[in-house]
Amino acid sequence: MEKALANQSGSETGIGGEVANAQVCKTCIRGFETRPVLQLILHEESYIMKISFRSAWHSLGLLLALTALALPLSAQVQLLNVSFDPTREFYEDYNALFAQHWKATTGQNVVISQSHGGSGKQARSVIDGLEADVVTLALAYDIDAIADSGLIDSSWVTKLPNKSTPFTSTIVFLVRQGNPKGIKDWNDLIKPGVQVITPNPKTSGGARWNYLAAWGYALRTAGNDETKARAFMKKLYGNVPVLDTGARGSTTTFVQRGIGDVLIAWESEALLAQKDAGPGKFEMIVPSASIVAETPVAVVDKVAQKHGTEKIARAYLEYLYSPEAQELAAKYFYRPTLKSVAAKYDFQFPKVNTFTIEQGTGGWRNAQAKHFADGAYFDQIFGK
Amino acid sequence: MRHLIRLRAKIERKPSLPARTARLALVIAAIAFVSLFLVLPLASVFAQAFSQGWRVYLAAIHTGEIVDALKLTGLVAAIAVPLNVVFGIASSWAIARFDFIGKKLLVSLIDIPLAVSPVVAGMMYVEVFGLHGWFGSWLSNHNLHVIFAVPGIVLATIFVTFPFVARELIPFMQAQGSDEEQAAVVLGARPFSVFWRVTLPNIKWPLLYGTILAAARSIGEFGAVSVVSGHIRGRTVTMPLAVEMLYNEFNFTAAFAAASLLSFAAVITLIVKKAIELSTEYQRSKAEQGSNE
Repeated sequence: MEKALANQSGSETGIGGEVANAQVCKTCIRGFETRPVLQLILHEESYIMKISFRSAWHSLGLLLALTALALPLSAQVQLLNVSFDPTREFYEDYNALFAQHWKATTGQNVVISQSHGGSGKQARSVIDGLEADVVTLALAYDIDAIADSGLIDSSWVTKLPNKSTPFTSTIVFLVRQGNPKGIKDWNDLIKPGVQVITPNPKTSGGARWNYLAAWGYALRTAGNDETKARAFMKKLYGNVPVLDTGARGSTTTFVQRGIGDVLIAWESEALLAQKDAGPGKFEMIVPSASIVAETPVAVVDKVAQKHGTEKIARAYLEYLYSPEAQELAAKYFYRPTLKSVAAKYDFQFPKVNTFTIEQGTGGWRNAQAKHFADGAYFDQIFGK
Repeated sequence: MRHLIRLRAKIERKPSLPARTARLALVIAAIAFVSLFLVLPLASVFAQAFSQGWRVYLAAIHTGEIVDALKLTGLVAAIAVPLNVVFGIASSWAIARFDFIGKKLLVSLIDIPLAVSPVVAGMMYVEVFGLHGWFGSWLSNHNLHVIFAVPGIVLATIFVTFPFVARELIPFMQAQGSDEEQAAVVLGARPFSVFWRVTLPNIKWPLLYGTILAAARSIGEFGAVSVVSGHIRGRTVTMPLAVEMLYNEFNFTAAFAAASLLSFAAVITLIVKKAIELSTEYQRSKAEQGSNE
């Protein structure tokens, strides 16, 4: 049936209906009369071509339909949360929790999409036009960078409690079972023959916390002598065989590919990796001093205004401070900031002697300019 | 004459023992290399995918994320490949049949996607369509999404697959010449009929071959798509991106299940490619027989 149709349409699109001419033409072309099979294929081919043209139109239609769906006109509210690497599991659960809460309080359905990657890279994408309603990044500087491009109000840090940080973490070590290299503190990491796994501070927020924690320790032990601290950092990064772009990439390198003796990681990531790998594979080591890693959140004002999602975006972030959400954060090994929940989950977090970024390096903008900008300390340490 | 006979005997003589051993050693080395670096890793993908049995594998393939990624990958290929078939035919027709100023430049331009790193290709689109790019603010004001949405992924895929059809067609059409088309025109065929009934049937095998290569690449493209995707789960994650994503989430069965689907696609591509090669050879030998008679 299909073949018959194809034949029909084939002859219709033939040589202008001038049948005599068409026949002459067919016989004159070398090989045509000796190859009747080919004629059949010819017709089938024209049929195939028609299908593919048609499917092109269909897909174009589908594309338009998809773009239409992306418009904020739909009855369902859509939110896009652009976040950093290790929060995937937490936000997957939190999105369900918040959708339930929002439905109960307003009756509205909300669909929340997520995007994860290295914190710096994610900020870059938002600046380049990834339309995030909210960002939940690894460090304040990345949100500052988005604010500098004009998408976020520059006073974002004061808009939510606790410097817009719903939960914190810290930086610890993960070593292989039995701690074969005997790693106890930061100064064990600079010993020759120890392979250290940490991501690239240029792209990863966690890596910048790792770097600054080490820097803070080095400064303290060297009595605030920057030259000695830099020598320490040079030795430390000399022991790093691979710089992954994100914290999760580094965890995979250490846990799955089995590279390295020690992983410098988010406490949450270390506890999660330990839990996922099962007992008896890794040990967590808490160094003598580490940094309070604050992971702030903000509404991307310009995008939320455009989407008309300001109210729900704000509610999404505020609900992170609720007891339910704080419990969920604790389950994924983030340190809750709500006192009651923090006390309840105190048992699972080791005691860490911590300093803040303000104490360590005098805030993010300073740290960025001094350590991570092009040609700054990190480039000098790792480049040569 | 005698010299020639002796020479022929020399050539046809069985190769000496050392020569045969060397040949054997080379063959073994080649097979060992191919199995170590191609077959074994590919087999390990399937081994990992099925490591927890058929059921877990099937369940993994049916998870929302892989289904969404499959749909998106299919959609992107369904748009990019037909468009590239049209562009490829148009450009090779122009290059093989006509002389014009800048023809050599056009031929080199077609090769750019092969020469340039896919990451750069992705970044070019970010530069053009990103919020701070040339058209960024206009697109944003009109609420049109290119970068970090499906159209951007399609554009990047079209870019990286562009040369495949044209590269197959140009040498073929140049070698074939335009005699048959000229004959058709002389006999009164209209341009469209010439294309439909003479050109297209002649180029159909190389066209199909190029199309299959373009389809395989558009399904498998990672670099360029990764830059423009924005990695929004369920919305802008294609199959290759899903493999990386799932792997990074310690979801190894699902990651390798997705990888095995991509490998299946590659194996099917190879089989179809081989079938086309064989049938082209068959057609040619038949045509030669026909002309010998």
